[in-house]
Amino acid sequence: MKPVVCVRGLERGYEGKAVLDNLNLDIAPGEFVALLGRSGSGKSTFLRALADIDTEVSGSGMVVVPEGLAVVFQDARLLPWARVLDNVVLGLAGGDARARGRTALAEVELAGRERAWPGELSGGEQQRVALARALVRKPQLLLADEPFGALDALTRLKMHALLRRLCAAHQPAVLLVTHDVDEAIALADRVLVLEQGRIAADIVTRGTAAAALRHTLLGLLGATQELAGTS
Amino acid sequence: MSSVLLKPAAHPAAPSPGPAPAPESKTIRIGPRAHIPRRRFALAKPVPGGILLGPALLLLGWVIGAWANWIDPRVLPAPWTVAQTFWQLASDGRLESNFTTSAVRAGEGLAFGTVAGVVVALLSGLTRTGEYLLDGLVQVKRAVPVLALIPLLVMWLGIGEPMKVAIIAISVFIPIYMQLHFALRGIEARYIELACVLRLNYLQFLRWIVLPGALAGFLLGLRLAVAAAWIALVVVEQINATSGIGYMISLAGTYGQTDVIIAGLVVYAILGLTAEVLVRLLAKALLPWQRTFAG
Ligand SMILES: Nc1ncnc2c1ncn2[C@@H]1O[C@H](COP(=O)(O)OP(=O)(O)OP(=O)(O)O)[C@@H](O)[C@H]1O
Ligand SMILES: [Mg+2]
Repeated sequence: MKPVVCVRGLERGYEGKAVLDNLNLDIAPGEFVALLGRSGSGKSTFLRALADIDTEVSGSGMVVVPEGLAVVFQDARLLPWARVLDNVVLGLAGGDARARGRTALAEVELAGRERAWPGELSGGEQQRVALARALVRKPQLLLADEPFGALDALTRLKMHALLRRLCAAHQPAVLLVTHDVDEAIALADRVLVLEQGRIAADIVTRGTAAAALRHTLLGLLGATQELAGTS
Repeated sequence: MSSVLLKPAAHPAAPSPGPAPAPESKTIRIGPRAHIPRRRFALAKPVPGGILLGPALLLLGWVIGAWANWIDPRVLPAPWTVAQTFWQLASDGRLESNFTTSAVRAGEGLAFGTVAGVVVALLSGLTRTGEYLLDGLVQVKRAVPVLALIPLLVMWLGIGEPMKVAIIAISVFIPIYMQLHFALRGIEARYIELACVLRLNYLQFLRWIVLPGALAGFLLGLRLAVAAAWIALVVVEQINATSGIGYMISLAGTYGQTDVIIAGLVVYAILGLTAEVLVRLLAKALLPWQRTFAG
């Protein structure tokens, strides 16, 4: 199958300091990929390159992404001056845009909050609105930069279930940046580890025992042996 | 070590030692931190009309001072004398015609200055060409005090209404332009990124990101503009004017009628406060999503 994402020889750097160094990656349609990496390893830089919003960064390389691309930022990034439904359908064309927006809000369990201001929602609710805003566009590729970073454990698990359900329904390819090894294992078909500006590990989760996978990934992320051995 | 928070009523059996809760308090506090007030950094709740306390006290001082003969009436006439004069001026129509003249002048100057300020700020805030063409000019203009332009404007426009309105409009233009330009350039980069990934067209970008994002800055400019319009109004009404509140005041000055002067100042205050209240109401109506520290 022809990949939806194709990255070849991607280089990015800030003021001469290389962050991404000859990075290559393919993602198949509908594939759920998690991207792990230490803080400062260049995950956000990579996502911004894919979303083509890294105009101020120097670099080279080839990036092919589909036209239908949606981004969920780490901060929900809702417009505070627009009501929830207006945020969801922002820039959406077509006469049925608002109806689709309502449906998307219902999918993230926020039916009835269409006329609320973003400032009146909790952090998790704002993240769900951001998710609805991304999914209502029926993207072929969903880029998400630590979307659940600021949530408590329980809300996080609920959001995982929600995301899994929505992805099963809409079938986008997903590239999810996360710090959380368990989140990566729980959600992804494939887990990548970014290290020294390259994909240092590329592991298919299906058929791998979760405990072993967890151990391997923690090791790759530089956790000490004792830490990796706990739980 | 931390305090224990209990919802009252939810658990009727819950022990409730410690200080009795204030009637409006939603939680009962127990423990070493119980005495610390809950909203230490927030302002106290606003009381409707609380803003009038200061003026009311000033008025009270004036009444007492005049009543006890502590204030020389030639320096500051008693409030009732001013009220009498006010009533007299109002009933013979002088106050009304002068008031209308002043209000129309200020209103026209505000309208022209605001429209010009908004147009020029949009041109120079949203395009590089506009910035290079216009921003430098405005900065040069800003370095010249408006009042220094009066002789030139008198030469160009004469001493009639157009000159007066022009001076008010120029005074209004500057704060509107400065605040709106600054607000337009201060739109957060993260919202611009969002506009990129959502593939907004330019009109949508203006409608959803730029204009609402700059609105608060514009409204601040409008408040400053109202203040600037007032200063300009007072100045233009004291040079070569034959009508208006300022004319009435300077004429009274010539004849030593302190009470008329005070009555005129009261009218200025009423006009100014009305404009300020209108701008605040406008801000409330236009920024319903904003919940600021001021509450
Ligand atoms: N605007 C910038 N200017 C200069 N250096 C930057 C800039 N943005 C990021 N960097 C540097 O590039 C490197 C990669 O940053 P990036 O934000 O991609 O990391 P990350 O993997 O997303 O980290 P985290 O997990 O903490 O979000 C870091 O060393 C960072 O200091
Ligand atoms: Mg990051």
